[in-house]
Amino acid sequence: MLNSAINVLFEGRNMYRLIEGLLVTLKIGFIAVVITIVAGFVIGIIRTSKNKMVQLPFRIYLELFRIIPILVWLFVIYYIVPANFELSLSSETVALIVFSLWGTAEMSDIVRGAVISLPKHQLESSKALGLSIVQMYQYVLIPQAIKRVIPPMINLITRMVKTTALLTMIGVVEVIKVGQQIIEVNNSHYPTIAFWVYGLLFFLYFCICFPLSQLSRKLEQKWAV
Amino acid sequence: MTEALPFYKTALWVTLKLAGIGIVFAIIIGLLCSVILYFKIRILTNIVRVYLEVARNTPLLIQLFFLYYGLPKIGIMFSEEQCGIIGLAFLGGSYMAEVFRSGMEAVSKTQVEAGKAIGLSNTQLMRNIIIPQAISYSVPGFGANCIFLIKETSVFSGIAIFELTNTTKNLMGIFYKTNEALLMLVIGYLIILLPLSLFLTWLERRVRHAEFGN
Repeated sequence: MLNSAINVLFEGRNMYRLIEGLLVTLKIGFIAVVITIVAGFVIGIIRTSKNKMVQLPFRIYLELFRIIPILVWLFVIYYIVPANFELSLSSETVALIVFSLWGTAEMSDIVRGAVISLPKHQLESSKALGLSIVQMYQYVLIPQAIKRVIPPMINLITRMVKTTALLTMIGVVEVIKVGQQIIEVNNSHYPTIAFWVYGLLFFLYFCICFPLSQLSRKLEQKWAV
Repeated sequence: MTEALPFYKTALWVTLKLAGIGIVFAIIIGLLCSVILYFKIRILTNIVRVYLEVARNTPLLIQLFFLYYGLPKIGIMFSEEQCGIIGLAFLGGSYMAEVFRSGMEAVSKTQVEAGKAIGLSNTQLMRNIIIPQAISYSVPGFGANCIFLIKETSVFSGIAIFELTNTTKNLMGIFYKTNEALLMLVIGYLIILLPLSLFLTWLERRVRHAEFGN
């Protein structure tokens, strides 16, 4: 019985559909990560400013995403925006918005932390050399900060990939949803199918996240300061 | 709205209870694993390593689905709440282990060696030198993990536990008051997490004095 259920996974288009679902997940993840990196860098650099009026709004933005669970954010945007602004958003768009906002908040904190952790004399000597602010960031601060940014950034990407699992709860047809559909179809003939499908999903997520987290660790050790 | 308030009260309580129990188990698992890693106990170290990687690299939702829908099919049954607690402890244990281990490793080697030189046993070394300092090093990471785990309880709504998020979803279906219900949900999490986060910042400053030698 156990063995025949596992065969269902390879029957027909089941495997193909699961992979298709995984691609939906990865597509949303990928676009969100690109937005996160670009916007995170810009906001992170703005946040190194010492001006309190600049710091405060970004600080509140970051804390909001830190304190309120991502699932709640997904629900909030998914239900509130269409109800109040007569704007219909597909669940994929909602996912993309929430993930980009969240990622940007976290990324900006990583970039800010990295730039601030650079020794002060770097900043002072580049000022003494007469570099403009743009030159200072372009040639002195960012190239040095980047090594401190990349390992935590990969960690953040791993977290984002893991969190994409929540998308099934707002109805994105991604890999988990497809898995549930396969279970529903085959449940009466092969009761153990749920075990295999969820086992496979477990394994798939592990296969994506494990190399990323290893890479992050390796880079961190290599570039340790 | 007043009709719905008791539901939120129960939900808040369920969230707190599950998170609390889960975190306690996570701390126990974390401590065990970190001690095993610190003393490099053979075989066990490898098991712990595998556990850490598996738990850290898979989403909680999948872990819960596997526990709740997958395992009963091969004869292992848990109630929803047990699943939630097991899942949270499984995930949390790995994060806690990492924090405690790095806390122990942050205690400078010279102190450990000095302790050995004056003839302390491993237990004494652990109790009098490593643990007190490791605790103070671990507090920031520990606090962040607690907040993270409480937030993760929102995922429990996937396996039919009526905590804050799931209750809200239900109430939205009953009363059609989407905005109010979601506002209450956000407020619910703020009530739990804001004081906790302030408390942890305070605690972090308080325990600094235990650090020595830097």
